[in-house]
Amino acid sequence: MSESENIVLDVTGVQKTFGGLQALSNINLKVKEGETHAIIGPNGAGKSTLLNVCIGRLEPDEGSVMFGDVMLTGLTPYQINQAGVARVFQTPEIFPDLTLLQNVMIPALAKRDGEFKFNPFKSINEEKALIDEAQHILEDLGLADQMNNVSASMSRGDKRRLELAMCLIQHPKLLLLDEPTAGMSRHDTNRTIELLKRIKSRGMTKVIIEHDMHVVFSLADRISVLAQGAIIAGGTPDEVRGNPKVQEAYLGGAHL
Amino acid sequence: MSILSMQSSRKDVVLMIAFAAAVLAMPIWLEPFGAAYPDLMQKFAIFGIFAIGFNILFGLTGYLSFGHAAFLGVGSYTAVWMFKLLSMNIIPALIFGTLIAGLFAVLIGFISLRRSGIYFSILTLAFAQMSYNMAYSVLTPITNGETGLQLAQDDPRIFDAAAEGSGLPLPELFGVTMQDFDGLAGFYICGILLIIAFYISLRIFRSPFGMKLVAIKSNQNRMGYTGFNTRPYLLVAFVISGMYAGLAGSLMAVTDPLAGAERMQWTASGEVVLMTILGGVGTLIGPLLGAGLIKYFENIFSAYNEQILHDIFSFLPEFLENFMVFIVNPFVGEGWHLTLGALFMVIVIFLPGGIMEGVNRLIAWVKRDRSGSSGDGKAKPQASEG
Repeated sequence: MSESENIVLDVTGVQKTFGGLQALSNINLKVKEGETHAIIGPNGAGKSTLLNVCIGRLEPDEGSVMFGDVMLTGLTPYQINQAGVARVFQTPEIFPDLTLLQNVMIPALAKRDGEFKFNPFKSINEEKALIDEAQHILEDLGLADQMNNVSASMSRGDKRRLELAMCLIQHPKLLLLDEPTAGMSRHDTNRTIELLKRIKSRGMTKVIIEHDMHVVFSLADRISVLAQGAIIAGGTPDEVRGNPKVQEAYLGGAHL
Repeated sequence: MSILSMQSSRKDVVLMIAFAAAVLAMPIWLEPFGAAYPDLMQKFAIFGIFAIGFNILFGLTGYLSFGHAAFLGVGSYTAVWMFKLLSMNIIPALIFGTLIAGLFAVLIGFISLRRSGIYFSILTLAFAQMSYNMAYSVLTPITNGETGLQLAQDDPRIFDAAAEGSGLPLPELFGVTMQDFDGLAGFYICGILLIIAFYISLRIFRSPFGMKLVAIKSNQNRMGYTGFNTRPYLLVAFVISGMYAGLAGSLMAVTDPLAGAERMQWTASGEVVLMTILGGVGTLIGPLLGAGLIKYFENIFSAYNEQILHDIFSFLPEFLENFMVFIVNPFVGEGWHLTLGALFMVIVIFLPGGIMEGVNRLIAWVKRDRSGSSGDGKAKPQASEG
């Protein structure tokens, strides 16, 4: 646990409706610095919608999202990223026409150069430091041997790890992960858990959506349970595990 | 293969030298093809510049503009006006032709890039057709309407009006006119500008900026979530390609000092799209090959007529001769577009990556063949840029 009580992500009173469907109703969520905060809940509970509101893909109907002292609501996705928020998507969002190395170098360039830089006469081969960093992070994720392949041909699990590498190279203050291990083998899942534990020690704050309870209980410091667009419970893993309301809504009474 | 191969800079130096040598030696190696006359070689270079620039937008970002001929036309009109107002020296014509086209591109790009995909294409097409129609109507004082903008004896030409002679003055570069050295002066001016244009394109392809443009083509949403504001990147690419078109347009005016609105028609915009796709979208050399091939076909095949065909097939018995002429005749002369259309279909169906895909397949095949027979896989054919 982080001794610091700084709130990194502060979601206040967020509402979102799609047509007649109340996707999010009055969501309040506080994530502390350095914490790994898991959001669990049945399919359609609004977990991904909540992340979409955080990164500017969706505008909330009401309420606001604060990141430190930056108001994220109303900013564009690139401004939110430049503020220090990165996201791994449920369906991997990578650059399929580029090699793995280039896929990782692009976000590194965004981190270094900002939202726009015109440097047409600089050769990419001169970016030695950037290439080294990208290679290093690919090694970390076990993708170094495919470095010069085009990413479109990778397996889904590998794409997911690549996307994680693309986020990690930016050293974001806040990392949002939408089912980071879905589609991965057990071996790769464990490897990803190890990696996420390692970056936790570097003080990166994470919000993670996950269905795999093994992953959730291995990583989470706190858990919020979302059902039908509302947070019905929250607390430490042990508190959530024992909460009858959670078992009712999420697991239909089965034991975690 | 990725569009942007991270090649060593030494390989690029070799590529650049080979390219420059090939361009400068065009009068020699085009001779056997019957294409070594200055007029056609100038066209190769001018349309090569046009296609290289178009490829920076379409090949790297994937944004398909259907209105690039507008910039070609603006470049031509500006160049002729520079001849009329300033001087017959081609330098101001080239500089202002490029810059004014760039300004136009800022305006049209700023508006058109608010949309992507087919809507972007339609917006650019609309702008180009608007320019075309305005050149014929309200802008007649600037464009001289249907007659086209021409030089006149009494043009002000503030820098060299003193040089009065009989007949119209010719565009020149410090005393050398485009027609000097049997017309080769004009070709070499175009050729050297083509080499410079290619060099700039090569540097853009190899730069972080170029890599970001390809990333936009690959997944524009991800670029946003990765922290890039994609709009200015697209606008810069659009303006650069507009300036290439402006340079090509002013070179047209330099080699033949008159400008007409037909240069802005949508068919001219379509032609550069064909060139790029035919050669290979997003490759460095492909668009040039496409431009060369189309201009070659246009000049060579359109020159054939029924009489020439009869001569070619005269070795056959008469009924076969007549039959062959009957079959081939629709594909030559006025009908050369049919040949081009057929070729275009064959390439798009069998080689979606254009001529460059064919070249790369050929190189891969030769490589495999050679390493199979000699066991030495080290042979590396140069210019395998894909």
